[in-house]
Amino acid sequence: MSKNEMIAMLLAGGQGSRLGVLTNKIAKPAVAFGGMYRIIDFPLSNCVNSGVYNVGVLTQYQPLRLNKHIGIGIPWDLDRKNGGVTILAPHVKAGVESGEWFMGTANAIYQNIEYIDANDPEYVLVLSGDHIYKMDYSQMLDFHKKNNCAATIAVLEVPFEEACRFGIMNTREDDKIYEFEEKPENPKSNLASMGIYIFTWSKLREALIKDSKIHSDSDFGMHIIPKMLEEGENIYAWRFKDYWKDVGTVESYWQANMELIKTLPSFNLYEDFWKIYTNTETQPPQYIAPTGHVKKSIVSDGCEIYGEVINSVLSPDVIIEEGACVKDSIIMTGTVVKSGTVIDRCIIDEYCVVGKNVNMGFGDEIINECKPKIYNTGITVIGEHSTVPDGVTIGKNCVVHGKTSAADYNDSVLESGKSLIREEGEL
Amino acid sequence: MKAIGIILAGGNNEMRLGDLTGLRAASAMPVGSCYRAIDFPLSNMSNSAVNKVAVITQYNSRSLHDHLSSSKWWDFGRKHGGLYVFTPYISSENSFWFRGTADSIYQNISFLERSNESYVVIASGDSIYKMDYRKVIEYHKNKGADITVVCKEMYDRDLTKFGIMQLNSDGRIMEFEEKPIEPQTNIASLGIYIISRTLLIDLLNEIVPEGRFDIVKDIIIRFRRKLNICAYKFDGYWSSVGSGIMEYYNTNMDFLKCDIRRKFTKDFPYTFTKPKDEPPVKYNENADVSNAAIGGGSIINGKVEGSVLFRRVYVGENTVVKNSILMEGCYIGNNCVVENAILDKQVVVSDGRQVIGKENEPAVFKKRSTV
Repeated sequence: MSKNEMIAMLLAGGQGSRLGVLTNKIAKPAVAFGGMYRIIDFPLSNCVNSGVYNVGVLTQYQPLRLNKHIGIGIPWDLDRKNGGVTILAPHVKAGVESGEWFMGTANAIYQNIEYIDANDPEYVLVLSGDHIYKMDYSQMLDFHKKNNCAATIAVLEVPFEEACRFGIMNTREDDKIYEFEEKPENPKSNLASMGIYIFTWSKLREALIKDSKIHSDSDFGMHIIPKMLEEGENIYAWRFKDYWKDVGTVESYWQANMELIKTLPSFNLYEDFWKIYTNTETQPPQYIAPTGHVKKSIVSDGCEIYGEVINSVLSPDVIIEEGACVKDSIIMTGTVVKSGTVIDRCIIDEYCVVGKNVNMGFGDEIINECKPKIYNTGITVIGEHSTVPDGVTIGKNCVVHGKTSAADYNDSVLESGKSLIREEGEL
Repeated sequence: MKAIGIILAGGNNEMRLGDLTGLRAASAMPVGSCYRAIDFPLSNMSNSAVNKVAVITQYNSRSLHDHLSSSKWWDFGRKHGGLYVFTPYISSENSFWFRGTADSIYQNISFLERSNESYVVIASGDSIYKMDYRKVIEYHKNKGADITVVCKEMYDRDLTKFGIMQLNSDGRIMEFEEKPIEPQTNIASLGIYIISRTLLIDLLNEIVPEGRFDIVKDIIIRFRRKLNICAYKFDGYWSSVGSGIMEYYNTNMDFLKCDIRRKFTKDFPYTFTKPKDEPPVKYNENADVSNAAIGGGSIINGKVEGSVLFRRVYVGENTVVKNSILMEGCYIGNNCVVENAILDKQVVVSDGRQVIGKENEPAVFKKRSTV
């Protein structure tokens, strides 16, 4: 691959509102995953491992943490003279009175035509920063070139009964796409779009400019692909057969993390030749004390375990004090769980302090009252930088965010399905 | 107050560390589950705002070069200053190996001449400690010293391995004996010196042409009456991995102690090392780990106790690892026993094998050997 044969445009502006309080302060691609990683590490690492060294990251929603994480791209070896990583934020354009947000996936690329032109690529790879997978984009590009495509769409075979939740590609025998259906009621095929596209830049450029005059919220699935098909462009489906997870909901996020602790996980992080890189400031050793007990878990650098950890995923620098027990849970960076506390099936975000003798995740299965669509599978979620006082009991499907004190809990109890927010912001 | 740094990483400690330094300099010895010894002086330099540092190396420097291949991890990736690695070279005038510590600096004297910082911090590459060199420089200035030697009162250590000094009431070094048979005090030099850059250039230009090549013998001891050489007492944790197998073993085991480990891993400023982005450690169903420090990417199926494991170590089912140091990439099969042992990188212990050393004499296995 010559240096700028293909550049990647990574859409990382989405909020991921179904992750609830986890994306209150950060964009979904910046959410921690698998202990030490953030979701965006997967597509970024795929890029460098595939030899795509020129990546534009499009940010919009709460970009601060994401920008800091990416920096100048050092952890992914993307600090380069030619290419490297560039953060692309919405901006005010000359000659226009007010700035414009990225209104849709294709609109976001349209607004960055200048950036792409400056790099003068033959092909553009469009990625989203929401998925967990390992993919060799260079193989997809070979396929794209071989079939002389205007666009290639990575697809995954999904069960027919689930096909109605996806954008479905109807293809001929040779995988040439003749029709695209968004969430069809009666799917004709089970090839679901993964939101990963390779376009021949000249074709895409033309389509984006045309569509911008019709739709202000231009979207690849809704507008660009159907239009290109209508015009008889050559578009192929590229089948991906490996692990791919959309961690869009609290439950699927929890499940995907838990899959990693199986003895032989379906997603292998321990592979030498397709490493996932991430930004860790320091990587000190982890320590398991004589009183500590850890099994069926993955634990990241800098953790200190004096208590019990079972079936859990721990991010860096977590401290579990003596006599505390963490079960079926995800604990993120810098959180401290004090002695005597029991945590069962919870997600605790970064830099929280959970007091002594707290029982969390206990009680009846009552769906969250304020956000029933987000918190409904029994998992209790604690937002970042929260404090939970000593001795309280917190139920299932609860949300806690902010510095809470004993006075915030009736009889030291937060019933299942209740929310307790001590800082402004959404649940 | 600006200073440049020199880290002497050339020491040949092969005699003392046996097989472990057969393939690497003592400064490159793995320590505390993810560091190499030189990370500690390098991080001290970086955290003390010493932004231009030379590492002088000589013996078996390959793994040291590999570790230092990018200086950005210690914040030395700079246009101005940064990290310099000096090895012996052959010129039309000479083809010497470095003949001593002073000679190794003398042969790179242009590094000193081309700088304009007032002070030089000289440190050895194989010691584990956390020190703000700015405080030592401050002390050096206040004392009006020509040279300041950092020292520590040693307890429970073999003093005959150190440079032992006698001080007057003002902290000036009156006597200094290298590796004395009968130590007169317990104040030992840590091999860390502060000296003004111009004085160092003058001294080197004076002594090396006379055939004197050693900092301790030919500068500190020889000039102790002519120059005002002061001692700065350090009372923090200090350990050297280059002085022997047991010292190396104990230094690693010190990382199991909460206060010492946290000093380096949790307390600001942090100790930097070259990141390898290993995934989290995986503890499977039958893992039984207590009192152990473990490096990223390891997979644990068996019992691990009182041990330090580096990155990417695999411990099989029904296996016991006790009081041992397992370096990066070791593979311990099923039904094994590893006790009181130091396994260098990538040692393989096959299923059912036992490796058992003595309490004060750990069994040592060479890099890439198979049991």
